[in-house]
Amino acid sequence: MTADVELKAIRHRFQGFTAVDGIDLTIGAGQFAVLLGPSGCGKTTLLSILGGFLTPSEGQVLIGGRDVTRVAPAKRPTTTMFQDYALFPHVTLAANVGFGLRMRGVGRAQRDVRARELLALVGLEGAATKKPHELSGGQRQRVALARALAVEPDVLLLDEPLGALDLKLRRQMQDELKAIQRRVGTTFVHVTHDQEEAMAIADLIVVMNRGRIEDRGSPEAIYLRPKSLFSAGFMGEVNLVPGEIGAASGGMVIATTPLGPLALAAAAAEGLSTGERVQLAVRPEHLCLDTAAAGATAIGPATILDSAFFGTHHRCRLMPERSPGLVLLAHLPQSFAGRTGDVVPLAIDARGVVALPADAG
Amino acid sequence: MRAASIAAALYAAVLYGFIFLPVAVLVLFSFQGGRFPIPPFNGPSLAWYAAVLGDAKLMAALLNSLVVAVVSSAVACLLGFLAAYGLARFRPPGTALSRALITAPLAVSTLIIGLGLLMTFSMAGVERSLLTVGIGHVVINLPLCFAILSAQMGDHQVNIERAARDLGASEVQVMALVTAPMLAPGLIAAFFLSVTFSWDEFIIAFLLSRFDVTLPVEIWSLLRSGLNPKTNAVGSIVFLVSIVLVFLLELTVFRKAARR
Amino acid sequence: MSPAANTDAQARRRDSARAWSFVAPAVLWTAAFFVVPFAVMAAASLWSRVGTDIVRIWSLDNYVGFFEKPHLVAALVNSLEVTALVTAVSIVLAYPLAFIIAEKVPRRWQRLALILAVLPFWTSYVVRSYSWLLVLAKNGIVNQALLGAGVIAEPLELASTRTATVIGFVHFFVMLLTLTIYANLVQLSPNYRRAAADLGASTVQTFVHVVLPLTRPGIMVGAFLTFVLCIGDYITPQILGGNQELLLPQVIMLQIGRRADFPNAAALSMILMAVVTVVYVACARFLKIERA
Repeated sequence: MTADVELKAIRHRFQGFTAVDGIDLTIGAGQFAVLLGPSGCGKTTLLSILGGFLTPSEGQVLIGGRDVTRVAPAKRPTTTMFQDYALFPHVTLAANVGFGLRMRGVGRAQRDVRARELLALVGLEGAATKKPHELSGGQRQRVALARALAVEPDVLLLDEPLGALDLKLRRQMQDELKAIQRRVGTTFVHVTHDQEEAMAIADLIVVMNRGRIEDRGSPEAIYLRPKSLFSAGFMGEVNLVPGEIGAASGGMVIATTPLGPLALAAAAAEGLSTGERVQLAVRPEHLCLDTAAAGATAIGPATILDSAFFGTHHRCRLMPERSPGLVLLAHLPQSFAGRTGDVVPLAIDARGVVALPADAG
Repeated sequence: MRAASIAAALYAAVLYGFIFLPVAVLVLFSFQGGRFPIPPFNGPSLAWYAAVLGDAKLMAALLNSLVVAVVSSAVACLLGFLAAYGLARFRPPGTALSRALITAPLAVSTLIIGLGLLMTFSMAGVERSLLTVGIGHVVINLPLCFAILSAQMGDHQVNIERAARDLGASEVQVMALVTAPMLAPGLIAAFFLSVTFSWDEFIIAFLLSRFDVTLPVEIWSLLRSGLNPKTNAVGSIVFLVSIVLVFLLELTVFRKAARR
Repeated sequence: MSPAANTDAQARRRDSARAWSFVAPAVLWTAAFFVVPFAVMAAASLWSRVGTDIVRIWSLDNYVGFFEKPHLVAALVNSLEVTALVTAVSIVLAYPLAFIIAEKVPRRWQRLALILAVLPFWTSYVVRSYSWLLVLAKNGIVNQALLGAGVIAEPLELASTRTATVIGFVHFFVMLLTLTIYANLVQLSPNYRRAAADLGASTVQTFVHVVLPLTRPGIMVGAFLTFVLCIGDYITPQILGGNQELLLPQVIMLQIGRRADFPNAAALSMILMAVVTVVYVACARFLKIERA
């Protein structure tokens, strides 16, 4: 089953420290939402508030239109997948998965059937009589997922569940989580600090910092059109080039920067007035060596400070002649053969550049 | 939920009251101004404390208890430390068997251990004395020291010991100058626990001593002649000394832990 | 053997030798002062006392004699009854206290609460048992309080009875069980409880289905310790139990004191050991903890 989630003006304080400072958020039913942010940004606190383990100092939590702000976890249509899985070590997997059903008075035979169904859904068919300590970390996590889904919650909350897994297993579990969510249709709210993970699985990413929402939207929206400096810097690497908004003409806006004038699409400078000081978010992949390419604006020669091969690209740090204090990070092609000390012509593909107010977050 | 909290507080109060009852009565009636340590309470008097301090036999027994406790605990700690070290660091064949053997006495009643020693000593012609009591106390404390110190010997200390060996220390030097200090909290805990058990131990002390006795045995003799506030006074003194010892331990262990 | 393997084996042998020089003292001590006495006792139990000497004729007389003498069998039965009662009562009283200290007392004060619970046991055991005698005497505090409150008309016969022995034992073992159960409770991850609540369990259900089963190891360890220490204890029943019934340790001590019948005492001790071993084997599987 599924429902939408609404958080209204949520604030929460712990003994003088404000963990969550004014959150308004709507998650549509059936969406896979990811709360993304560094440690201490309040994402786990928000999840606890959603799950009912904390009552917020201020604000309301609505699930499916119903106010559940003060409702206990047992009575809320949510279940949580904990970071340490919290599988009951003294009973079998089937008993673990069927626990919630047992609490609802479902008979043993029926519980067993449903438990086996869910274990099969998460790929652990035939393991019903095993005990948690016989399983590996990845397997335990699947059982935790099955247990949480057994009671057919409207919202499933996941507290950094993939943190303890190695990279390969993590990628695999990300795919599986996405597939299962699609199949079951339940609204998932997943907390993580890993932006790659967020982009891999989310329908909706909510970027948080210091108790506030910095940005929200689909992975493409967040990456390509970040709404704050923090969000731009958190989602992958970014170069911040200071500038000033100039005149607009023909759907383009000119920004003057130490690297020269850049023509931005009007949409990229939305809400910004002429003369305003901005930071231009230039992604490393927007820098190129071909000054004649379509959409490329030459910004003069630059010296290579260092270059590392990353398989799909070379990650290079460059010092532009026009502004030696502004070190740029670029992803140059796989075939690039430049070395430290070489001077190369640099250009920016201004079509992907976004202008953000200079003092924004 | 309020009712539950009140019920909990009440239950805890009743149980703590039960736990403290005999000690409270003990200490109260040690100040009894009369012949018998039973109600009514006749005004505070230090007469019985004076009597205890003046009772040569009691004072001798107290000293004996102390000596036996400290010496037997030291021996138990030393043997336990050596064995724990040898087994943890070298893992020779027969480790499991040695471990089982050394911890075996934990599963046997002290009465039986005492009886066995009594019979053996008597057959071997060894006279009962404080020495035989001490031997018995080492037997009951060694498994404990061994268990505590074994638990403390972890792999993280191995590298530090290797470094010391690398710098030229002999095996004995490594053990005495490197391992022992690292294990200090465990050693202190094991020693303190052993002293506590030995100090208050009755049955082995009773069976294996003759003329020189430890405090519990002397108190037992005192009781044979009837109720006497002297025993209250002695009990209270023992209590007080124990509290002070624990307090000191808390301070030293605390300070060590805080420094870390 | 290749030279490398040779030195390998040599190094291992050197290591083993060194290890044994460390372990030997403890092993020898245990062998000399525990194993040998135990063997002596086992042998003595098969001998007999004739006059003032111990005659080394091998026979099962002492064991047969045990089953034939009703007062000896009664002593064992009494011991088992008292020990079982003490264990059960102590568990029932200790669990709530351990729970309260682990859950209701703020973390900072928990250590203090435990120390307070243990503090009274730093009096001498002998003196403490004798204090219970005073407390439970006809003119002792308990009777005076009950009389004063009008609950009873005549002072109760509490001291020198099995009840007094049980009270004396429970006094100590409640503390012991509180410690073992507490130790178990505090190392339970709080997420177990959160998960149970999350899945719809009420507080009572969470306790019955999750907390209680997960604290079983703590209960079993405490119960086993209680059983072993209680059944072999001489002081408490001797001071508090009175003359009407005797427990096994008292009977054993009688064999030595008055009758100087070491073989019989040895046989009774072996029987006591056998009982403890049977209980240990029965409990062994409960003393394992599997973590997930």
